[in-house]
Amino acid sequence: MGESNQLKNQHLLWRAGFGPMAEDFLQVITATSSSYIAALFKASSKIPDSIDVADNSIKGLVMGIEEVGMQQKQQLSSEKRKKIREQSRDDIKSLNLAWLHQMINSPQQLREKVALFWHGHFASRNLNILYQQQLLDIIRKHALGNFGELLTEVSKSAAMINFLNNNQNKKNHPNENFAREVMELFTLGRGNYSENDIKEAARAFTGWGATVGGQFVFRKQQHDAGYKTVLGKSGNLQGEDVLQILLEQKQTAVFIVRKVYKFFVNEQVDDEKVSRLAERFFQSNYDIAALFKDIFNSDWFYDSKNIGSKIKSPVELIVGIQRAIPMQLENPEAQLLLQRLLGQLLFYPPNVAGWPGGKNWIDSSSLMLRMRIPNLIYSNDDFNIKPKDDDDQMMGMQEKKNIAKNKQGLKLIAAKIDWELYLKKYDGVPREKLLQTIAGKILQTKAGVQEETMNRFLDASSRESFIKTATIQLMSTPEYQLC
Amino acid sequence: MFIKRRNFLQIGSLATTTLLLPKFLKAFEQPSWVSPGNKVLVVLQLSGGNDGLNTVIPIRNDIYYKLRPKLGITKDKALSLTDETGLNPALSAFKGLYDEGNLSILNNVGYPNPDRSHFRSMDIWQSASNSNEYLNTGWLGRYLDAQCKGCDKPTQALEIDDILSMALKGEQAKAIAMKDPKRLFNTANEKFFKDIIAGHKDEAGEQPVDYLYKTMAETLSSADYIFQQSKLKPSKIIYPSTELGKSFQTISSLIQSNINTKVYYVSLGSFDTHVAQEFQQKRLFTDMNNAIEAFVKDLKEANRFNDVLLTTFSEFGRRVAQNASGGTDHGTANNMFFIGGGLKQKGVLNAMPDLSNLNEGDIKHSVDFKDVYATILKNWLGADDKKILNKSSTYLSFV
Repeated sequence: MGESNQLKNQHLLWRAGFGPMAEDFLQVITATSSSYIAALFKASSKIPDSIDVADNSIKGLVMGIEEVGMQQKQQLSSEKRKKIREQSRDDIKSLNLAWLHQMINSPQQLREKVALFWHGHFASRNLNILYQQQLLDIIRKHALGNFGELLTEVSKSAAMINFLNNNQNKKNHPNENFAREVMELFTLGRGNYSENDIKEAARAFTGWGATVGGQFVFRKQQHDAGYKTVLGKSGNLQGEDVLQILLEQKQTAVFIVRKVYKFFVNEQVDDEKVSRLAERFFQSNYDIAALFKDIFNSDWFYDSKNIGSKIKSPVELIVGIQRAIPMQLENPEAQLLLQRLLGQLLFYPPNVAGWPGGKNWIDSSSLMLRMRIPNLIYSNDDFNIKPKDDDDQMMGMQEKKNIAKNKQGLKLIAAKIDWELYLKKYDGVPREKLLQTIAGKILQTKAGVQEETMNRFLDASSRESFIKTATIQLMSTPEYQLC
Repeated sequence: MFIKRRNFLQIGSLATTTLLLPKFLKAFEQPSWVSPGNKVLVVLQLSGGNDGLNTVIPIRNDIYYKLRPKLGITKDKALSLTDETGLNPALSAFKGLYDEGNLSILNNVGYPNPDRSHFRSMDIWQSASNSNEYLNTGWLGRYLDAQCKGCDKPTQALEIDDILSMALKGEQAKAIAMKDPKRLFNTANEKFFKDIIAGHKDEAGEQPVDYLYKTMAETLSSADYIFQQSKLKPSKIIYPSTELGKSFQTISSLIQSNINTKVYYVSLGSFDTHVAQEFQQKRLFTDMNNAIEAFVKDLKEANRFNDVLLTTFSEFGRRVAQNASGGTDHGTANNMFFIGGGLKQKGVLNAMPDLSNLNEGDIKHSVDFKDVYATILKNWLGADDKKILNKSSTYLSFV
């Protein structure tokens, strides 16, 4: 069964980005699929500017320490350390919001979406703003580049070196954490290496460290230069050699493609398609952009079973709403609270395995909150839900302010919606076709809206109110949780 | 067996009139309760890493007082349990429970290769994983999976919170989280949600959209059901007017109602006492002590105390030595409390921490927390712990 051009184009925009913008509403109907795909890649071809939100006080301090040497770090008063931690925590919030802003507004939709995938793949919990923004920078720059380069840069990043304890990985005292995770979670997946491979690889990574400021250093005196064997390859292996050995395993391509398929195509994996894509990914020497071209240009990507079948992640949901309805948030920090409540706070993955995704996003409370968000935005409904404490973030302190109960009181999100721009997109649509037309833009599911039921809950006093309430109520359905 | 059969009969007799209702809505028409004699588990999570050494105090241990010159709780202040063990002075009700044989204490509970990150260690405790293993389901969630194959109500486990903890998420079944039955999802849009559920055509039942509708229908039905049940037996006991007090009041009224809930989960925090520990721990303990005192009194009067097992845990204990800010930093092994009228082994269950044999300043664990879970699952909830925990365990004998 052929799907309509509009549905296919919207499918592409949801999977290769964060959904259609109000501005796209007319174009998605007319454009051909192939021209749309080409435009998407073109828009994401430029290397983006780094996001830099770190406060100068932190940068200045780090530079000072680097110059004077490590001793200085020990001498920082506990008061000063506390201030740095708080500043860093605040800066990570800014980093979160700045990246969300890119997801909502950047024409580089594909790049930001793939970066979000890598953000979960190379998950790192780290309270240091400099390390976090450096890792994000690596991920965004290489999002569509070469997987080998991406893997190498991530492995050498201060965020990963600290998170996975490679700073403590020394000759005669190996710490196997990084060696284990790089195989289990970043490249091969469980069951494709032995415990001995991990032991040997850990030796190869000894001496890999990072400075306070986040620079990679190779500490030669801590490196075990001896003979090692990893996955059947032997020699006086170094860390880089091990990464190369991992990339030479076709299983790495299969593992990555399988995860990409689950994230971008369907939670239900089609093994035959994965193996074909993986073969080409491997032959291309891990060209990520080529992999995505393969996927989005395939007819099967637009099969009806792949459309509207994926549960949006909280970030996809929050960003998608703001793309569909143009708005300004007076309290953008509310987006952080929503991320926490819905279980996906950027830069705080649950563990090194990242967010599990799929049905894991959904439980009774998260689903009901998801379906309340559109009304929270529309009518500034009251809001009285508290996130769980995050002791890693709070470090024993009370949260500075409870953002659910700040001075805006119950108007948590305080959105100013640009309805004029949105309403214009429906000019010329006859009244009796309005609901179907809006549903066609808002929902990716094909079951059709329950017109009669919907109409009982819509404000039909004017055309404008009808469009507004229809949009909001359609976004408050289980169907809208899917893309 | 008895309960299941009874359920079947109740639903069976109604089936003819309700053929058009989806199965998961039908289940709410008749109650199937956890009747007296059936066992209920209440888990109290102490978030942030409670300092176990100032909870159950080694009152005759010189090393303890040497490493905690300021923070150590002296023998005369502690509530004496045994010659060498005292309780934090804020836990007077716990002392009473100990004296009457309704409290036991298990020391040195932990796991190999402990993690000192709150989030990660809590993950390990909630999922019952090894420290190098990542699971997406919790131990009580998998209990629901195992018990609830074809289960007719999703209210088998309840968390008194706005957000559902991972501990209660299974592969198939998930608990319901709610802070207050009265305002559970009582939004302006509730009618809309109910109407679109009624209009949804569940085709194959396998599509993600059907899963979402099913979750939504179960949530709204459960909300109504829990609210109705919570009103049945209003408690006559006065609870502290704290959040925890209210949570325990809700739990007690539900235990006394006809609801089928087997597991309740509630959290208190933050116990992350890096600074000014004495004040912070005292404040939280006072809250915990008073809430549990009222809860126990309530259950005793209702004659249900023998059917309830209350247990506490924290993601880790704290370091043995105090730090320079009047607090303690993240540690490892810790103690757990068990409270109830049906304890088989009472008092202090095992040796106090060996402070002369530490691992880089931290207490070594002698009991794996997964063995505690296995004991509760098998001996208290009558479940298949091997299947749920995916391992064989050494059972303890407190229940």
